[in-house]
Amino acid sequence: MSLRTTLATIAFAGALAGLLLPLGAARSIVWGAGIWGGGVATVFAVLAVALAAILRSGRADTSGQGVARIVLGGLILLPHLGALALIAMLKDMSGAAGLGYWALVIAAWALAWLLVDALANRDGWNWLSRFVLALVVPALFGVWLLILWEILVRGLGVPTVLLPPPSMIGVRFAASVPTLWADFQQTFLKAVLIGYVMGCGAGFLTAIAIDRSPFLQRGLLPIGNLASALPIVGVAPIMVMWFGFDWHSKAAVVVIMTFFPMLVNTVTGLAASSAMQRDLMKTYGAGYWPTLIKLRLPEALPFIFNALKINSTLAMIGAIVAEFFGTPIVGMGFRISTEVGRMNVDMVWAEIAVAALAGSLFYGAITLIERAVTFWHPSMRST
Amino acid sequence: MSAAQDDVKAPKVDAATSVIDIENLSLTFKTNDGPVHALSKIDLSVKAGEFVSLIGPSGCGKTTLLRVIADLEQPTSGDVTINDMSPHEARMQRGYGYVFQAAALYPWRTIARNIALPLEIMGLDKAEQDKRIAANIELVDLQGFENKYPWQLSGGMQQRASIARALAVEPDLLLMDEPFGALDEIVRDHLNEQLLRLWAKSGKTVVFVTHSIPEAVFLSTKIVVMSPRPGRIHDIIDSDLPKDRDLDIRDSKAFLDLTHRVRVGLRAGQER
Repeated sequence: MSLRTTLATIAFAGALAGLLLPLGAARSIVWGAGIWGGGVATVFAVLAVALAAILRSGRADTSGQGVARIVLGGLILLPHLGALALIAMLKDMSGAAGLGYWALVIAAWALAWLLVDALANRDGWNWLSRFVLALVVPALFGVWLLILWEILVRGLGVPTVLLPPPSMIGVRFAASVPTLWADFQQTFLKAVLIGYVMGCGAGFLTAIAIDRSPFLQRGLLPIGNLASALPIVGVAPIMVMWFGFDWHSKAAVVVIMTFFPMLVNTVTGLAASSAMQRDLMKTYGAGYWPTLIKLRLPEALPFIFNALKINSTLAMIGAIVAEFFGTPIVGMGFRISTEVGRMNVDMVWAEIAVAALAGSLFYGAITLIERAVTFWHPSMRST
Repeated sequence: MSAAQDDVKAPKVDAATSVIDIENLSLTFKTNDGPVHALSKIDLSVKAGEFVSLIGPSGCGKTTLLRVIADLEQPTSGDVTINDMSPHEARMQRGYGYVFQAAALYPWRTIARNIALPLEIMGLDKAEQDKRIAANIELVDLQGFENKYPWQLSGGMQQRASIARALAVEPDLLLMDEPFGALDEIVRDHLNEQLLRLWAKSGKTVVFVTHSIPEAVFLSTKIVVMSPRPGRIHDIIDSDLPKDRDLDIRDSKAFLDLTHRVRVGLRAGQER
C-alpha cells in the first residue's frame, strides 16, 4: 500500500470514527460542538473517498485530471477549515476532548500530509511557481506544527505554565510589541550586533597577526584557546563589574564568545591555499601582502564564513544569558528571567519567538552573502 | 594573428649569449631518513632562443633543477646565473614565466582576470593590462572564454589559459614543468604543435620538463637526458631537426633516430 493510499485510508477511518464516537466527555458536550463535529467528519469522509477513487483510477485521461484538480483544491481548503472548526470546538471542552475528537484531528492531519506530499511532488511550470512552491511546503509544515501544538495543549488540558498554546503566545506577543521591540533593541541591535562585529573583527585581525609572526603563533593561539574555554556564567558577572550594567558588558561577553571561532577558522583558512598556488605568486615576485590579498584571503573565505555563521548563534546565546547577571530593566534575557519568576510563561515564549526569528534572519543573511561571495567554491557551484 | 604577433617581443639578445648558466650545481635535501642527493654536479648552459627539454625518470631531479632556476629551491652548492643575474634577482624582476604541472588558475577569477593577476602585481595600468590580456588570449586561442570561470573550462583550455598568464608577463625565458602531463594524448599533440609555433614566432628561450620521449624530441633543439640517484645529467643531445616542424615529422627517419638515442641514454643512465 502506497503512502498516499495509507493516508487516505487513515483520513477516512478517522472521519468515520469522528462521526460514531463521542466528541467530548459527556458533561461538557454541547449541541453546537456536536453539529460542528458532525459536519467536519462528513466533509472529511467525502474528501477521503474522492481521493481513494482518484488513486484507484490512476492519473489517466483529462477528465481524471480535472477531478484531481478539484480534489487538490479540496485538500488545500478543507483540512484547514476543519482545523479551524476543531480549534473553535475546544472552547467548550478544554481538557475534556473525547475519542471522536481525536479521531477527527488524526483525519485532518492525514489530509494535510497528503496535501504536503502532493505539493512536494509537483514541478513548478515557471520560476515564480517554483519559488512559491518552495516556500509553501515548509510554511505548511510550520503551520501544522502550530495547529497540532494548539490542539494537543488545549485538548489535553496541559497547564499553561508548562506549555502555553500558540494562540496565547500570539495574543501576548501582539499586546506587548513595544516591550518586545525595546528588548530587541537593547539585546540584539546593541549587545549582539556590536559584540559580534568587534569579536569577529578582533579574531580576524589576530589571525592575520599570528600568521605574520611565528612568535605570536606560539603566544597568542593558546591564549585564544583559553578564552574559548572560559565558562560564560563565570565571565558574565565579571564583565558586568568591569563594564557596568548596560549593554556594554553584554557586548563584551559576545566578543569573548565569538573571538575564538573566528580566530581558529581564519588561521586554518589562511593555510588552505596549495603549495603550487603560493609558488605561482612567488614566481611573480609577490610579497606577503599581495599574496595575502590576492590568494590566501579569498581561499580562506569559506572558513571565515563558517565562523561568521557559528558566531551568529553564539552571539545571541551569549547576549541573552549574560543579561541574567545584572542589567537595566530592559533586554531579552532580563525579560525572560523576570517573567519566568512571575510565571508569565507566555511572555517568555514571545521573547523566545523574537530570538528565534532574529537569529534565523541573521543566519540567513550571512548565508546569502556567503553564496554571493564564495560562488566559486565547489560546495556552492551550480554548474 | 597580426595584432598578437606584433605584441610578442622579438628576441633581445643574439643567439650566442647564454640565458642560463649553471656550474657545478648540487642540491641535497635533508630528510628524516638522511640526506637525499636531488642534484649532483650539474653543468648546463642554455643559449638564447633555444628550446631545451629536461627528460628523465621520476626522481631524477628534473623538476628540482627547474625550480632552482626559478628560485623556488635553493642549491646547496654551485652557481646559477640567469641573464647575468642571480635566480633571486631574476625572479624579483619577473625575468621568467613559469608554467606548472596543473593550471593553478584561481577559481574566483575569470580567465581574463586570471591572466591579469601577474599584471596587477607588476602594477601595470588598466589599459596596458587589457591590451596584454587580449593579445595573449588570442595567442592561445581562447577568444570568447574571457569571462568564463576556470572550472567551466576543460583541462586543456585551463592549461592554455595558464600559458597565456605566463606569457602576459612578457618574459624572454619560459620555464615549463610538465605542463601537458595531465592531458590526454590528442589534446597534448595539439598543444605541442601550438607551443612550437608560439616559440618559433616569439623567439623566446624555453626550458621544458617532460617524461615523454616523443614530446621532448618533437619540441626541442636540445635534449638533456637525466638519471636518478643522485640526480645528474647523463647526456646532452643536440637535435638536427629543422626548426619548422609539424606532427608528421614524427614518422621521419631523423626523428626516430633521435628518439632511439634518447631512449638508449635513459636506459644507460638507469643502469649505471
